Amino acid sequence: MRAVRTRELVLRYVLLLAVLALTAGPFLWQLSTSLKGPTEDIFSSPPKFLPSHPTLHNYERVADTIPVWDYALNSLKVATANVVTNCVGSALAGYALARLRYRGRRVTTLVFVLAMLVPVEGIIIAQFTTMRELGLNNTLIGVVLPGSIGAMNVLLMRNAFLNLPYEIEEAAYVDGANAWQRFLRIALPSVRGTVAVVAIFAFMGAWDDFLWPLIVLSDPSKFTLTIGLNYLHGTFANDERLVAAGTVIAVAPLIALFACLQRYFFRGVGEGAVKG
Amino acid sequence: MVSSTVTGVRRAESVGRVRRVRRQLPTSPWLFAAPGLLITGAFILYPFVSTLVNAFTDRRTLIPGEFVGLANFRELLHDDMFWIGLRNSTLYVLGVVPALVILPLLLALLVQKNIPGITFFRSAFYTPVVASIVVVGLIWVWLLDERGLINSLLETVGIGRVGFLSDQWLLLLSAMAVTVWKGLGYYMIIYLAALANVPRELHEAAAVDGAGAVRRFLTVTVPAVRSTMALVGALSSVAAFKVFSEVYLMAGPSGGPAGEDTTLVMLVQRTGTGLTGRVGYASAISVVVFVVTVALMLLVLRTDRRGES
Repeated sequence: MRAVRTRELVLRYVLLLAVLALTAGPFLWQLSTSLKGPTEDIFSSPPKFLPSHPTLHNYERVADTIPVWDYALNSLKVATANVVTNCVGSALAGYALARLRYRGRRVTTLVFVLAMLVPVEGIIIAQFTTMRELGLNNTLIGVVLPGSIGAMNVLLMRNAFLNLPYEIEEAAYVDGANAWQRFLRIALPSVRGTVAVVAIFAFMGAWDDFLWPLIVLSDPSKFTLTIGLNYLHGTFANDERLVAAGTVIAVAPLIALFACLQRYFFRGVGEGAVKG
Repeated sequence: MVSSTVTGVRRAESVGRVRRVRRQLPTSPWLFAAPGLLITGAFILYPFVSTLVNAFTDRRTLIPGEFVGLANFRELLHDDMFWIGLRNSTLYVLGVVPALVILPLLLALLVQKNIPGITFFRSAFYTPVVASIVVVGLIWVWLLDERGLINSLLETVGIGRVGFLSDQWLLLLSAMAVTVWKGLGYYMIIYLAALANVPRELHEAAAVDGAGAVRRFLTVTVPAVRSTMALVGALSSVAAFKVFSEVYLMAGPSGGPAGEDTTLVMLVQRTGTGLTGRVGYASAISVVVFVVTVALMLLVLRTDRRGES
């Protein structure tokens, strides 16, 4: 019996390591490529997995080729704005849907449910013409606006508020607290976990987004990192070390964020999937 | 925190009664909902409706256009590029969905047991989900390059180099593989949550009856998570049909050799943007995307319901 257990355990770890090589390997290969100097052969066969003389030279060269730090700053601006608008906007709307009584609440809920079902890829052209009409195409505000208060986040917040016990808010109500006070002092602090999930997915969504910024941004000085990388790849495709360094710059912050806040990332998948 | 439903309901009613006496400002609830409604209305629902309307016009980026009836849809029927796009997006669903329904389930079973170091493995398997599709696409473009790592390995073992990114079909297949690679961790987490709800006794009973691992997987695990499988099927098929970034990055903006790898959303993007963009025609393609997306969702959810009864 024990021999079977040990054998099963060994088999499990072998499989785990094999999948690890498959999922983490490509990132490590990219990192290795980005650290290889200009004289080192990156095409050798059999391949060399570790750089013989690791250098940060390629990272300097990316910055000389495209304004990569400006792009990173643009991405950071877009992602931060997306976090703030989504947290504030969806908490407010979610609270209205869950706790406030007013005529039209059902219609409001329906609006968000319908909006969640609209496939964004199908309306990008109309979103772009809308942005043009507002004069916001080719601006970072235009990048942020369409996703700034996600319907799914509103419904996530609504469910979080609905799951709170009513008694405390009721007590506050009897004590004369108005809707804003109950929302800010009692309800909101109790759903911090869901707000964190919304924040993280808003950050990741904006930082990683490609299709929409590709359509709305045309001026290279306004590019976000993903669009900048696409440009780098299209223009300097044969300089693999350069592209590798660029991708590492784009992915490193998110991997760091994920390493620190894993629990919320996993929670977000569960809650998002049930709703989405 | 502990409250029975009955008191909850009674208290809710009493709150309502109090409210009628001391009315709150009537504008307040709308102020709470206003920002969300404004954004959703202006940037999701209005563009959705205007896509439906534009599909029946010859609107261009700089020209308002006029109503043209079904002309755009008639043109679609004779547009080779549209059929190529429809074919590729459909193939994408057929190729990606079975893999994304089954592989993450197996992966979830692999990481389900709490053995030392398992949280590290779970996180590592999730990392591709966190990375931008642009990063992932470029990583694989380099891996699959004519002179890249995978071809170096293939040459070392004597198979020889393969043109993953130059052949029309290998390109599409490679893009599908990348989609699956990036999605594995996401659906693994969904399955992990579902597996946590499968009663242990079922497995033990089956094991006592002498059922092997494969048998137990088919008779215990699969029936227990089948509604989750349907959910994953619905989510992944809708996402697969709308594929854009993977193919755009790997095959290039024009969609590979002779544009043969163009997907429907790539065609929407290519047709509708730019100063001469044909907004009306791109909207007609978008309408096809809507219809197929809704049909896919209904189809998957219906097969699930039929399987249960």
